[in-house]
Amino acid sequence: MANAFAQLRDSDIWWSFKRSPVTVISAIVALICIVTAVAAPFIAPHNPFDVATLNLLDAFKPPAWIDEGEADYLLGTDDQGRDLLSAILYGARISLFVGISATVFAALVGVSVGLLAGFLGGTVDALLMRIADIQLTFPSILVALLVDGIVRAAVPREVHDQIALFVVVVAIGISEWPKFARPVRGSTMVERNKEYVLAARVIGVSSFRIMTGHVLPNVLGPVLVIATLNLGLAILAEATLSFLGVGVPPTQPSLGTLIRVGNDFLFSGEWWITIFPGVSLVIMVLSVNLLGDWLRDALNPKLR
Amino acid sequence: MFAFIISRILQSVPVLLVVALISFAMFAYVGDPVSIMLGQDFTEAQRTALVADLGLDQPFFIQFAKFVGNAVQGEFGLSYRLSRPVAELIAERAPATLELACCAAGVALLVGVPMGVYTGLYPRSLLSRAFLTFSLIGVSLPTFLIGILLILVFAVWLGWLPSFGRGDTVMFGWWSTGFATMSGIKALILPAITLGLFQLTLIMRLVRSEMMEVLRADYIKFARARGLSNRAINFGHALKNTMVPVITVVGLQLGAIIAFAIVTETVFQWPGMGLLFIQSVGSADIPVMAAYLLLIACLFVTINLIVDLLYYAVDPRLRVSRGRGH
Repeated sequence: MANAFAQLRDSDIWWSFKRSPVTVISAIVALICIVTAVAAPFIAPHNPFDVATLNLLDAFKPPAWIDEGEADYLLGTDDQGRDLLSAILYGARISLFVGISATVFAALVGVSVGLLAGFLGGTVDALLMRIADIQLTFPSILVALLVDGIVRAAVPREVHDQIALFVVVVAIGISEWPKFARPVRGSTMVERNKEYVLAARVIGVSSFRIMTGHVLPNVLGPVLVIATLNLGLAILAEATLSFLGVGVPPTQPSLGTLIRVGNDFLFSGEWWITIFPGVSLVIMVLSVNLLGDWLRDALNPKLR
Repeated sequence: MFAFIISRILQSVPVLLVVALISFAMFAYVGDPVSIMLGQDFTEAQRTALVADLGLDQPFFIQFAKFVGNAVQGEFGLSYRLSRPVAELIAERAPATLELACCAAGVALLVGVPMGVYTGLYPRSLLSRAFLTFSLIGVSLPTFLIGILLILVFAVWLGWLPSFGRGDTVMFGWWSTGFATMSGIKALILPAITLGLFQLTLIMRLVRSEMMEVLRADYIKFARARGLSNRAINFGHALKNTMVPVITVVGLQLGAIIAFAIVTETVFQWPGMGLLFIQSVGSADIPVMAAYLLLIACLFVTINLIVDLLYYAVDPRLRVSRGRGH
C-alpha cells in the first residue's frame, strides 16, 4: 500500500495534477460533491422524505440571508416546506448514482461490443459498427428519450414506477455506448496482430481467453478518459430527462426534478427553488468535465 | 459529381430502413393497438374483423411494406392521446419548430463566426479571454437551465420579453408564422438564444482554433509578402479555408438543434414538434413517437447529404481527387 502511494507520488500523472490549480480545485469540488452525496442521510439538516416533519407553514421560505429567511433553512424551502439544502443533497445523490451507473453500463456494453467487433472482424464487425454509426447520427438525448418512451409503453404504469430509476440508467447507457465501442474496436484491431496474441494462439489459448485475458487489459487505457468525459454528459442527460418529466420518479427527486418543480414558481418570485439546484448541478458537471479534460491531456503521450 | 450524389443517396437508404423497422416494431409489438381501439365491450368477431382490417394477420414483411408505403404518403394513423391523424398534428406543429431552429442556427452563426474570427486573430486580447470564459460557461450550462435563467432575468425581473408561447401568428396557407407580428418576433428571441447558445460557443471555438492554425500556414506568409491588406488576408484567404470544418459542424449541429428543441420547447411551452413528442413519450402515444422518429431520421439523412454536397462546392481539392478516380 505504502509502495503504491510512493509510486503515485513519483508518477507523471501526479506531477501534472499538482501543476494545474484548476484541476486541483475541480478534484476537491468533485470529491466534496461525492462525499456529501453519499453521506446525505447523515449530514442533511432535515429529512426531506419524512412527511411527518414537513409543515406547510414552512413553505416558500427564502434563503437565510434574506429578510424573511430562517437560519434553520439555509437555502430556503420549497412549495411543500421541505428544506432545500437537504433536498439538494439527496437529489445530488440520485443524480450521481444514475450518472455513474449509466456510464458504467455504457462502458460495459461499449467495451464488449468494441472488443468483439475488433477481434472477430468481418461480418460481426461490419454489423456492429454499422449499428453504432447509425446511432451516432442521432443526438444521444433523443435515443434516451425514445428508449424511455418505449419502455413506458411496454410495461404497465405500476411496474414502471418501480423500475423507473433502472430504466433511466439503461436509457442513458444505451444512448452512449458507441462512444466507448469505437475507440476500443480501433485499439483491439491494432493489438490483434501483435506478436503476443499470435504466441497465445500458437500455444492453443482459446479466442475468448485471448480476448478477455490478453487483449482487454491492453485496450482499457482510453476507457477511463472516455468514462470521465461521459460522466458529466450522463449527469446532464439524467437532469434533462427528469426536467422533461420522463426521468426518475417524483418520489425520488434528482436535481433535474427539483429544477422542474421550482420552474413553476419562477413567476411568483420564489427563484431560489430553481436556482440553487441548478447551480449545484452546474458545479458538479463543471468539476467533472474539467477533471476529464485534464485526464485526457495528461494521458495523451503527444502532449507530454 | 452525379455518381457521387447517387452513391451518397444509396448509402442513406439502409439508415432509413433501420429506423423505419424500429418505428414499425414499436407500432406492432409495443402496447396493443387492437384493444386500445376496441375499448371495453367487443365480440370476438369484431376483434377478428378489426385485426383483418388493420392487416395484423398478414406476414411480417407484408405488414412492414405496407407501413413503409403508408409512411411515404405521410399516413401514420391516429394519435392514441388526441385521436387525431398524426400527420395533421405534425404538420400543424412543424412551422413553429422549423422557425425556432432556423433562428437559433442563425444566431449561432452570425454571432459565433465573428467571435471566433476575433478570438483567432487576437488571442491575447482581453475581449478574447472574456469570450472564451463565456464559452466555457455556455458549454457547462444545460440547455434548460439557460432557458430558465433567461426567463428569470428578461421575463420575470425586467419584464421585457414574453416567457412562453409564440405570440400572435399569421397563417400563410398551412404555414403559421410568427415573423409577421411584433409579439411573434418578441416571443422568438429568448427561445432562439437558448437553443443557439451551445452551438454558438461550439462554432466560436472551432473557428478560433481553425483560424489560428491557418494563419500559421505558408500561403498566409506569402500573401503578406505580396503586400496584401490584412483584410484581404484575414477574410479572403484565412477565413475561407476555415469554412470546411465549420460547414460540417454547423450541418451536423442543425440536427442537434432540432433534437434539443424538445428541451427548449418544454421550457418555453413553444407549440412545436418537440413539445408534441415529449407529451407523447409521457403518455406512451406510439403513433406520434414513431412518426416523429421517422421524420427526424429523414431530416438528419437529408442534412448529412447536403453537408457532403456543400463540401464539394467549397473545397476544390475534393473535386480533383474524385476526378482522378479515388
